[in-house]
Amino acid sequence: MKTRDQDRSENRITRRQALACLAQWSGAAVVWTVSGGVPHALGATRGDAMLKSAGGGALMFVQISDTHIGFKKEANPDVDGSLRRAIADINALPAKPAFVVHTGDVSHLSKPEEFGHAKELLQELRVDRVHTVPGEHDTIDEGTTGYLRHFDHDGNGKSWYSFDQAGVHFVGLNNVENFKAKTLAALGDEQLAWLKKDLSSVSHSTPVVVLAHIPLWTIWEPWGWGTADSAEAIALLRPYGSVTVLNGHIHQVLQKVEGNVALHTAMSLAYPLPTPGQAGIGEPGPVTVASAELGKLLGTRQVSVVRGRHELALVDTPLDRA
Amino acid sequence: MTTRLSRAATGTALTMLVAIALAGATLARAAEPSQVTITKFAFAPKEITVAPGTKVVWTNEDETPHTVASGDKSFASKGLDTGDTYEHTFDREGDFAYICTVHPFMTGVVHVKKP
Repeated sequence: MKTRDQDRSENRITRRQALACLAQWSGAAVVWTVSGGVPHALGATRGDAMLKSAGGGALMFVQISDTHIGFKKEANPDVDGSLRRAIADINALPAKPAFVVHTGDVSHLSKPEEFGHAKELLQELRVDRVHTVPGEHDTIDEGTTGYLRHFDHDGNGKSWYSFDQAGVHFVGLNNVENFKAKTLAALGDEQLAWLKKDLSSVSHSTPVVVLAHIPLWTIWEPWGWGTADSAEAIALLRPYGSVTVLNGHIHQVLQKVEGNVALHTAMSLAYPLPTPGQAGIGEPGPVTVASAELGKLLGTRQVSVVRGRHELALVDTPLDRA
Repeated sequence: MTTRLSRAATGTALTMLVAIALAGATLARAAEPSQVTITKFAFAPKEITVAPGTKVVWTNEDETPHTVASGDKSFASKGLDTGDTYEHTFDREGDFAYICTVHPFMTGVVHVKKP
């Protein structure tokens, strides 16, 4: 159990990273690379230079997050349009991604028509498939039942799953449902037991990519920005040489590295949220910015697995890059 | 027992009632509903005391959806979008703790007791 001071100390670091990242948004894409446990932001344009210097990727996929289909408030009256712009960006990539992952809050209110419309929009992606994990906005009225009617990836009625692609083991998790009053949401014992069993057949030299909506580290507890039992999941992942955790939920790019485990949150495609515990803002609600600024705060992430490197190459690209 | 009202059914009258409730009139008479506003990811007032038979009406004023769900599962709303309301009539005495299931850090209590 961490003390409040430790949490605050970690938070100061992540906020600094957030500010550094915001500064980089004035250029084109932000390219994060991790060497020796220290994250560096490279000032490349759309990351092409870095990916070339890395010798080409063995596997490339795209992460999108927090589309909130059905949201139509001032902070973004056209979330459909934002998703369509992202889809156009992804379809225009010089190399076709292996697939797209969506790290949750597909819908805003878990309504059947929102899931249906989101699925229609996602079908405009020219990729073989889209993997999703549920966000808390996808499980509002009936748990994962409505979500799974549209996004049951392996047809077994569970919102968590795994698959292998190009020598990489992918795990999708649900960390938005198990909670008690005043606590963070959790993965829960059933899912942790499944994860342990799932990983038992995966060699420690296999790169692992984990998808989960809420960050698997505590960013800001008063706003629910963390997972109560994330330490148990990370303990299962720690023996692996390369672990990359991709999260959404907080609508901004933050990163934490713990040994071989790198945790990254992504931009939303709907609206910005405050920085963690931002002064003057008491709650994690949508932030309305000038319409010309919105596209700079929404975006997609290209993820490349590069042979011979245990860090994945990440390129965060806002919708508006000028 | 419970009904969702359209957002149009609420309005300035509701705002006035909320203002009265916030001013300290937490012990409502059974004849009129008590109001709880959901704003800035919090229930206001966080605790409310009513007489048995009182209807409590929650109104979500946030741009983010919230729910009202009791710990003992005796009442639970569907997702409330901006302006949506949820109401529940409390017939028996007791302390009814509830949360927003989308944001479990949001908590409130309805105390039901005879005046």
